[in-house]
Amino acid sequence: MPRLPAPPLPKILQPKPKRPGEPQDVGALSPVEGALTATDWIDERTSLSPTVRWLFFRKVPRGTNWAYTLGSATLFAFLSQAVTGVFLAMYYRPDVAGGAYESIRNINDNVFAGQLVHGMHKWGASVMIILIFLHMGRVFFYGAYKYPRELTWVIGVVLLILTLVMGFSGYLLPFDQRSYWATIVGVNINGTGPFIGPFLSDFLRGGPEFGATTLSRFYSIHMLLVPGAMIALIGVHLYLVSKLGTTAPPWLKPDHEDPVLELDQAEV
Amino acid sequence: MPDRRRAPKSKYTLDRDIPGAFEGETITRRRLMVGAANGAGGVAAAAFTLPALAFALAPVFKTQNMPWQAVGPPSDFPNDNYVVRVITLLQGIGEAGKSIAYVRTRNSSLDTEPEDQYNRWIALSSRCAHLGCPVRWVDAAERFICPCHGGVYNIRGQVAGGPPVRPLDRFYTRLNSATGMVEIGPRYSVNTEFQRFSPRDPAEPIDGVGQYLYPARWSTNSLPK
Repeated sequence: MPRLPAPPLPKILQPKPKRPGEPQDVGALSPVEGALTATDWIDERTSLSPTVRWLFFRKVPRGTNWAYTLGSATLFAFLSQAVTGVFLAMYYRPDVAGGAYESIRNINDNVFAGQLVHGMHKWGASVMIILIFLHMGRVFFYGAYKYPRELTWVIGVVLLILTLVMGFSGYLLPFDQRSYWATIVGVNINGTGPFIGPFLSDFLRGGPEFGATTLSRFYSIHMLLVPGAMIALIGVHLYLVSKLGTTAPPWLKPDHEDPVLELDQAEV
Repeated sequence: MPDRRRAPKSKYTLDRDIPGAFEGETITRRRLMVGAANGAGGVAAAAFTLPALAFALAPVFKTQNMPWQAVGPPSDFPNDNYVVRVITLLQGIGEAGKSIAYVRTRNSSLDTEPEDQYNRWIALSSRCAHLGCPVRWVDAAERFICPCHGGVYNIRGQVAGGPPVRPLDRFYTRLNSATGMVEIGPRYSVNTEFQRFSPRDPAEPIDGVGQYLYPARWSTNSLPK
């Protein structure tokens, strides 16, 4: 059965190979005996290990550097938002008549570590936006959006837009003066789109005025609609990254000259 | 020269050498089953998607009426200065459903728009026509000033400076003869000539082509009921 490659342990920590003549240890865990470790048990039933190897043990081009970790950093920012968001939802109440504000105040003032979790969600939102733009800049300046990775770029742009939607819809939820007026301004900016803008604003507010359903609408968009779409698109994004591999930095020249290219240049 | 055109395919499966074809059959059973399965799946998906979508979109089409609400007797309102009145735009949601109106008596030396039964008192909405922040009446300057982006309006609500795209919105007003109270009704928007339009959101100009770029919405009434 194929096994995952051993982790790159330093020499000292690696088990010493048996000297010739010493009794060889044909233990119970030998692959001949069958799958007896937990991972082998699962792997025998799911065949996940080729997928895991395909996803995580990829060859990366020479010149891969720290800038290539920005995508993973964005992913972890998203995961942090998802986890803290799920737990914030345990205490949050989307109630326009004062309940929303009071529930946030309760989270910050009374709930154990509430300020920390709320703070991680609040500041993590900005961190995620910043990381997305850094990641986008890395892809752009390294030319990593070019063939055959255009679709990865397009999905990334959709993810950027969805993240901005998350920022906009999440801003209302504390329901203090700042979030209330910022959302009114935001919805009105949205309404300046000709012809459909006013109707889109009605849809966002759930009516002609900012009202009772506006907050629950934004809450639903913020915690169900957009995250679901984002998880699906992140899955496709990562699949494409794994499928197509990453690019070398643009300043690296190939190891050996391309004979076909040389021939072309010679004829010219 | 050989005829390269293919002979048109027969519509009968029997003539197309499809195994198991019947006399007079025009669609294979495989295609029929695929079509039926896709169709059934489509119907099942539409059965929950369409009602849910209509449910989410309904507020766009539902008209919300604002009831007339009393703001005080006529003697409360001078004709050269504004009085602040708290009004309820949406019932049942506490502070978030409230707004304020700036009310004064109509002053014929100031207000040049034609008088009718709905503007014997001038009630201005506090929402800035730029992006909807609340404007404040500054008595000493005789100006409405918006804290967000510096919109300034004069005593009639006309733009005196800053980014707003039209004068401040107004409310219909009337005198309730039974109670003797001034009442405030639905909101309406005005263009720079003070012609009335059904209420638009802030940031939507309604002069000239603007009234067509930003049409009236189904969710608002143009005239008081």
